Amino acid sequence: MKALLDSFKPGLKGGEISPLQFFGKHGISVAFILCVVIFSLSTQKFLSTDNFLTVVMQASIIGTIALGVTFVVIGGNLDLSVGSLLSFATVLVVDLHDKVGPGAAILLMFVFTLLIGSVNGYLIGYLRLNSLIVTLGMLSAIQGITLVYSGGKNVDISDQENTWFAFFGREELFGIPIPALIFIVLGIVLQIVLLKSGFGRKIFAIGGNATASLFSGLRRNRLVFSTYLLSAFTTGCAALILGSRVMGSQNNVGEGYELLVLAGVILGGTSLLGGSGSIARTVIGVLILAMIQNGLLLLGFPYYTQWLVTWVVIIVAVWLDIAAKRGKLFSTY
Amino acid sequence: MNRIINLITRQPIWIFVFICIVFFSFSSPYFLDIRNFSNILLQASTIGLIALGMTFVMINGNIDLSVGATLALAASLAVGLQPQLGIMGAVLVGLLSGILIGALNGIIAWKTGVDAFIVTLGAMIGVRGLVFIYTEEQAFYAYDLAYSDFGASSLFGIPVLALIFIFLTITAHLVLKYTIHGRNVFAVGGNRVAAKEAGIRVGPHMLLNFILIGFLAALSGILLSTQMGASTPNLGRNYELWTITAVVLGGTRLTGGFGSIIGTLGGVLAIAILRNGMNLLQVPSFYVLIILGSILIIVLFIDKRFSEPKGVGA
Repeated sequence: MKALLDSFKPGLKGGEISPLQFFGKHGISVAFILCVVIFSLSTQKFLSTDNFLTVVMQASIIGTIALGVTFVVIGGNLDLSVGSLLSFATVLVVDLHDKVGPGAAILLMFVFTLLIGSVNGYLIGYLRLNSLIVTLGMLSAIQGITLVYSGGKNVDISDQENTWFAFFGREELFGIPIPALIFIVLGIVLQIVLLKSGFGRKIFAIGGNATASLFSGLRRNRLVFSTYLLSAFTTGCAALILGSRVMGSQNNVGEGYELLVLAGVILGGTSLLGGSGSIARTVIGVLILAMIQNGLLLLGFPYYTQWLVTWVVIIVAVWLDIAAKRGKLFSTY
Repeated sequence: MNRIINLITRQPIWIFVFICIVFFSFSSPYFLDIRNFSNILLQASTIGLIALGMTFVMINGNIDLSVGATLALAASLAVGLQPQLGIMGAVLVGLLSGILIGALNGIIAWKTGVDAFIVTLGAMIGVRGLVFIYTEEQAFYAYDLAYSDFGASSLFGIPVLALIFIFLTITAHLVLKYTIHGRNVFAVGGNRVAAKEAGIRVGPHMLLNFILIGFLAALSGILLSTQMGASTPNLGRNYELWTITAVVLGGTRLTGGFGSIIGTLGGVLAIAILRNGMNLLQVPSFYVLIILGSILIIVLFIDKRFSEPKGVGA
């Protein structure tokens, strides 16, 4: 026991890293592998290509939104309005589908979704208001707008068999469901943007140190603005998947999604303070949550057990991350 | 002129409350009435009770997202255990569950140093899971009518639940303003390191505030279930967002160190009056959501414009 506690102490020689630092750095990958191993050993239904695709498919809506939100969080802000925005976009695209045809419906959906994203971006980027409160206000306002638009009624697509709109949520390409494909492709593209483009590096800079980035001549206003456009865009993509899969929508379909999305992003090790994080790890974070859901259901646990496990997993993950940076397991307050 | 600007920037929400009262009094004959006002207080009490605790937690520089789930758990226990434990026993267990969840949040935040936002986000998801597992997704009904009679009872023509809310609001105000614990709330929120250096035990102090909000959320849930004579597993969904909205409307800063119970009361009343008045005018409730969201952002804007120092990096 003493050896274990000692190993958590800082001050090791160069090159060596303590178990704590190891977990802080690679904890999310370890957790991912641990999840796969535990579930594979406990139920034979878990480890198969089909089941893995099911997991990715289940993760695709929350995951797609989380990709954009990762950019927002790395930039040092929060976006709590994505759940309401998902409801809005899904209701809009489903309702317009029968009125103006699928192509125009998708176009209009993206126009209005990005418009709302730009309102967020303007208030937070240019007016520099606190992102938590602005997006909290927008959460409520967008919910209201959705209800006013639909009159409180559910919407659906009348001819569900003969529309190419079904492509996004119900079809497959090379044996991979399209939702999973959208999630994966978007994830790869955004990971490249984040790591390899000037835009990505600037997002890290403004999230890491706003003052320094300002003196370096970065336009924080515009950069923050564009992270909110990005999260609105990925939310629009998620609405496409959701609307096409269900072929209908309730007004509150996205309620609570903002926090599940955030759970995935946080689990991926993106710091809420901004300046650090990665798309790949967000994807792993979201996949872990989906895997917990899938595995526990296969094992026959009640549906909501996954939420209890999520509670523990989130706190332990962030705790280890912080403990590694602090060099001590417990805080000193 | 300065004093007016001062008033507007310090408590803009009370001016909004005043405008609302004047506006609705002129536009609806039913609004300006003692019975309607005690009704408003009754409606305000659910969010209001939690908002009292949230004020302490937020001035501390923390936040609690788990209050909606805690409310549902306490209500479910207080109604669901009545056949086994009787009303008093079940209510006690309900209150205890709130205190325990608050304590758990507080200890985790204290010992691990994980941000309260993340700690309570986890608890919000987990506790809601507990509620669904315990209730098996069923609503519970209180078969003993004494339970719902309490929720409908009045004293001197004012609903008892509203009186409880008023009493606790005054208590919270006095505690925050005139006790050592109250002053420490501001000290810890203003500068955590300095507070620690000054000898305040920051961890236990924050733990106490989390226990307080857990208790108030549980109380609020139990009182809500006496109003309905029932509890549902979805009770209190989004209440964390409403509560934070009310507290922020009342001028409490998310960054901590600044806020007041009087402001919070204004925020709570603003939401309740707006809902009540729009309801009397038969405006669909959808518009209330849009108006409240906009007001939240406008209040934030006013606060930013007038009271924050302008700096390069700010």
